[in-house]
Amino acid sequence: MAVMGNDRFGEIEVRAVSKAFGTEAGRKLVLEDCSFTVTRGKLNVLVGPSGCGKTTIVNLLAGYESPTSGSVLLDGKVAGAPDWSRLVVFQESALFPWMTVLGNVTFGPRVRESMGRKAVRLEAMRLLDNVGLGEFAHKYPFQLSGGMQRRAELARAMINQPKVMLMDEPFRGLDAMTRELMQEYYLKLFEESGRTNLFVTSDLEEAIFLADRLIILTIPPTRVKKVLEINLPRPRRIEVLTSKQFLEIKQVALEALHEEALKAFSSDRKGAADLVEAFSKRVGSTPLVPGV
Amino acid sequence: MILAAPQTWQMALGFGLFVGIWYLTSAVLKLPRFEKIPDPLGVLIEWLSWNPIYGLSIFTPDYYKHIGYSIYRAFTAFVLAVALGVPLGLFMGWSPLFRRFTFPLVELIRPIPPLAWVPFAILLLPGTEWAVIFVTFIAAFFAMVLNSLLGARSIDPVYFRAAQCLGFRPWDVFIHVVVPGALPFVFTGLQLAMGLSWFALVAGEMIAGRYGLGFMIFEGYSLAQYRNIIIGMGTLGLLGYASSAGVRMLGRRMMIWRERQLGGGAE
Repeated sequence: MAVMGNDRFGEIEVRAVSKAFGTEAGRKLVLEDCSFTVTRGKLNVLVGPSGCGKTTIVNLLAGYESPTSGSVLLDGKVAGAPDWSRLVVFQESALFPWMTVLGNVTFGPRVRESMGRKAVRLEAMRLLDNVGLGEFAHKYPFQLSGGMQRRAELARAMINQPKVMLMDEPFRGLDAMTRELMQEYYLKLFEESGRTNLFVTSDLEEAIFLADRLIILTIPPTRVKKVLEINLPRPRRIEVLTSKQFLEIKQVALEALHEEALKAFSSDRKGAADLVEAFSKRVGSTPLVPGV
Repeated sequence: MILAAPQTWQMALGFGLFVGIWYLTSAVLKLPRFEKIPDPLGVLIEWLSWNPIYGLSIFTPDYYKHIGYSIYRAFTAFVLAVALGVPLGLFMGWSPLFRRFTFPLVELIRPIPPLAWVPFAILLLPGTEWAVIFVTFIAAFFAMVLNSLLGARSIDPVYFRAAQCLGFRPWDVFIHVVVPGALPFVFTGLQLAMGLSWFALVAGEMIAGRYGLGFMIFEGYSLAQYRNIIIGMGTLGLLGYASSAGVRMLGRRMMIWRERQLGGGAE
């Protein structure tokens, strides 16, 4: 359900990016010639095994790190130092614990003086109501549950009207039930705004459930293995997980990931075990071919 | 009738045993080396007397003059140490460049015991009054610098990243991330500095003071007015306890966001 006028939002192009860490001697190539597009107005999902450099990609897109070679372009221009055009929702809660929820949400616009105080407050309250935290505006983060903290963080990001939202495994560490609720919340927010999103996860089901475009990564040195357009209807509900179409997509994605797992295995790479474990478990958990 | 909580009884028992043993050794058994130690009852009578033998009790103005001087010095030194030490430490923790300039210097000066500064302070500053304050200040100052520095460095980098992409300018980062983020450590520093202030103050007063509890204790020793030694020590204990409690209260007010036990209203 695309929303009109999504030219407010941005598009990020990752062009032949390589990234290496460490000294000359102990150089570790994390990304190699990695190219993909975070398409405007779409929910792009990056999926790959843990340790495949997903966080590095987020850091490059946000501007916390710069590529060793290649370039990251935001709407055709080199994306420089971090700013609110690309906001990150981090793996761990990054709400300032010393500010109330409202203080956290209003802080970006307040330090930038981009809106009047009253307007900031009104907008913050609207967003907090929207994520179901209206009553918790004056609480401190420690007084909120994990899921509520994540929602507060979403509100804190959205008030800045970012061109792109970068979600770095934001629901990791939440219990299964909360995680499912958060996915639905997040989808609702995305479907209302049509904002460009990049969502990073190592959970394939989560990835397919959320994605317009599924970008599957290889093992390190990481590049893009495969991009799948996910045409599951929106608005999506959790029931879609058991649909035939969903399972077919999952099958295709698993095959791609399985190839990577095998490659990792045969090259005796560390992390291969993780990969196999992470994905084979899911193969067993739901029938791959409907009806079998 | 309401019985007091068990903690109260246990506390009373602890005090009772301590005073009992003290009384036994100094007044009843008169053990060798203990014969000159004033017994608790004698001290208490002197402390609360309208007409004390050695001139100091809660009813004499001189007693309060000593207390007043000590509090004034400790408080002045403590406030100066906090006002100068916290910004310096936070800035050192925050800015690697500034840290490289200052940290080695601080680490070289910090181990010099406060008392070693006494002659220097007397030469540098007019009168002994400021020398005593200076020595007290030195002790508290480095505790504040070091803890503030550690506090600033202990802040999770994710907060700096979040602040950066939200558009904070460096000054905003300092005020809204470094200062509050370092508070738990700064607070530990405050408690340490408070204790160290009293420690250095009394030593300074013994050497260079003309009033104050340190002077009072030392004079009690010189003039063989031994009960005054114990009165001075007891007063210091009470003042130290009160000032620590004050600092703790301040800390709790500064860090509401850390008071997990206050928390309610989660899902």
